[in-house]
Amino acid sequence: MLVINQLNKTYGSHKALTEIDLQVPAGVIFGLLGPNGAGKTTLIRIINQIIQQDSGTVELAGKPLSPETIRTIGYLPEERGLYKKMTVWDQLIYFSRIKGLTAKEAKQRVTSWLEKMDIANWRNKKIEDLSKGMAQKVQFIATVIHEPSLLILDEPFSGFDPVNAELIKNEILALKEKGTTILLSTHRMESVELLCDHVAMLNQSKKILDGTIRDIKARFRPELVQVTLAGLTQALPSSWQVLAQEEGRVELQLSLQGKGVNALLTELMAYGEVLRFQELLPSMEELFIQQVKSNSHV
Amino acid sequence: MYKVLLVIQREYLARVKKKSFLIATLLTPLIFPAIMGVFVWVATEEKENQALRIIEVVDESGLFFMESSEQYAFSSSADNLEAAKALVKSGERYGLLYLPDLDLTAPKGIQYYGLENPSTSLVSYLESSLKRKIEDQRLFAKGIDPAVLKEIKTEVVLQSLTLDESGEETINDATVNYALGFLSGIMIYLFIFIYGNQIMQGVIEEKSTRIVEILVSSLKPFQLMMGKIVGIGAVGLTQFLIWVLLIGTLSTVVMAVFGMQMPQQQAMELANPELMASNPGPGELGAILQVLSGIDFVTLVVAFVCYFLGGYLLYGALFAAVGAAVDAPSDAQQFMFPITIPLLIAYMGLFVFVLQDPTSSVSFWLSIFPLTSPIAMMGRISFGVPFWELALSLSLLVGGFLGTTWLAAKIYRIGILMHGTKPSYALLWKWIRSSQ
Repeated sequence: MLVINQLNKTYGSHKALTEIDLQVPAGVIFGLLGPNGAGKTTLIRIINQIIQQDSGTVELAGKPLSPETIRTIGYLPEERGLYKKMTVWDQLIYFSRIKGLTAKEAKQRVTSWLEKMDIANWRNKKIEDLSKGMAQKVQFIATVIHEPSLLILDEPFSGFDPVNAELIKNEILALKEKGTTILLSTHRMESVELLCDHVAMLNQSKKILDGTIRDIKARFRPELVQVTLAGLTQALPSSWQVLAQEEGRVELQLSLQGKGVNALLTELMAYGEVLRFQELLPSMEELFIQQVKSNSHV
Repeated sequence: MYKVLLVIQREYLARVKKKSFLIATLLTPLIFPAIMGVFVWVATEEKENQALRIIEVVDESGLFFMESSEQYAFSSSADNLEAAKALVKSGERYGLLYLPDLDLTAPKGIQYYGLENPSTSLVSYLESSLKRKIEDQRLFAKGIDPAVLKEIKTEVVLQSLTLDESGEETINDATVNYALGFLSGIMIYLFIFIYGNQIMQGVIEEKSTRIVEILVSSLKPFQLMMGKIVGIGAVGLTQFLIWVLLIGTLSTVVMAVFGMQMPQQQAMELANPELMASNPGPGELGAILQVLSGIDFVTLVVAFVCYFLGGYLLYGALFAAVGAAVDAPSDAQQFMFPITIPLLIAYMGLFVFVLQDPTSSVSFWLSIFPLTSPIAMMGRISFGVPFWELALSLSLLVGGFLGTTWLAAKIYRIGILMHGTKPSYALLWKWIRSSQ
């Protein structure tokens, strides 16, 4: 769907993007991660043709970027804003028309989206009279109104209460079901784990990580298992790390040390009854922090 | 292209639909006459309600007799200065004028006493009547009868006419021309500032809310900037058009009312032949009407619209560039300098040079140079400007706004996406020179 090749961008002496390669498959939710200043916004702006890259190519559905491809992109910037003095209705119609819908199409779609988002009663209110969450909904509609095939969302959940965040999450998943490709830029790792199929991480203008969530987690697993044993039949080796011990149960954390999982399990069975055996996988949060730290050379 | 039209439409409707626009548009043509009316009314009320003030005169030379006026009466009941002072202190007299035994060739030592500071109008009233009295005394001493002198005094009113090549004569009046030049110059100055500021505020709003990032992915920054400038300019033109219509209707009504009063005025003049003699020809109002009818209003309005549009587009682009360069209105001040200075020069030039002498070389250059011509030329139009000067001035103005638009577009394009950087002139220059 979106193929980025050897993308470079420099602002004066500051390198914003260095040789970025990225393949976003169609119909997935692709997480774009990275600390502040990593180059995410620059990348998004280049895809949106707001700015021009110095070198490298971006292809959308097999075609290089052009003013026509813009119609197929929907973009929700991180810092939101709408015309404060305009009504919800006028505003959405305006954005729809700017994105290339006819007046008739615009009216139909705005009407149905206002109902879907449960804000139809607010169509004649000015944005300045709405709550923040309500305005965010309007902004979300403005982003998806022209049915883009690529949706770029920059921190889509900020500013929403849990109920509305759920509503937006479901709308995002529904759009994915319909085949929309979604590029999600966020710091909230729990939403990454929940939504994303695939992630890429940028740090200091370079891509440092790229793959499906499962692959990445597997690649960075610490080779640790947590075990609960009961009915000990003999004393445990002193090198084993005991986390807790009560009423004949022992909680252990063991390193695989190159051994197979089954080999370790067989070994454990000699000491008693194995009630629980679980391999530890890193959370995306831990991975994020670890990767940023190990890749920063300041 | 139709997207630019959408932007123009939005900018236009968003402003015209506002209540404040409606109020300003409908009330402004009424406010100025209303304010003037209130001033006249207050002044006449004050004059009528003021109690007669009695001023004691102590005249040691015995040469002066002060005539009472509507506001002041003079008495000389006290024998000496001390007794007169006592009258003032007791509040029986408003003030005291003390005239010592004067040397008429060098009058010195005239004093005024009062419980409160005298108003400037009282001081100048006393000074001018004493001056006249002393002059009369001195004329009399030289053997000239003041009555004879008064008889000789003559008043001259010059009627000025312009003669064109075909031999047609038009009555004109420097005062009316002055007023028209003054009004249209000020209007352009205010329009540029008010609507220029709206452009700047609009650009800052779109930049700070990031709306611009959604918009520039669908249209070019230049289209967005021009859409905004044209849309807001259309609001200005609408307002101007409504004003012209309103003022036109109002003045027709006023003329009709005054027109009915005209016969009364003529009757009064007939009943008072002395007044007739001192004021030959039609009444003053009639004269103004005659002068107004001689002015080419079509040229004036067309020129106004041309210079308004030219000046607005020229400065509007600069206002847009400033808005794009800053993050908040409070940061805009530092870049307003290059916009306000030429506008102020044009504004000052209008009063100091153009209206005083519309054909002087300073006036000429001010009305040719595109940064000042919209205001300066409006000051000259009603006095009559050769066609070639208008053509030169307008074509330079067109060149001027193309230039500022080009310059502004370069700043705007980069500026609207920049956040958190404090821009400087050096940085703006870099943006202008950058090619991408």
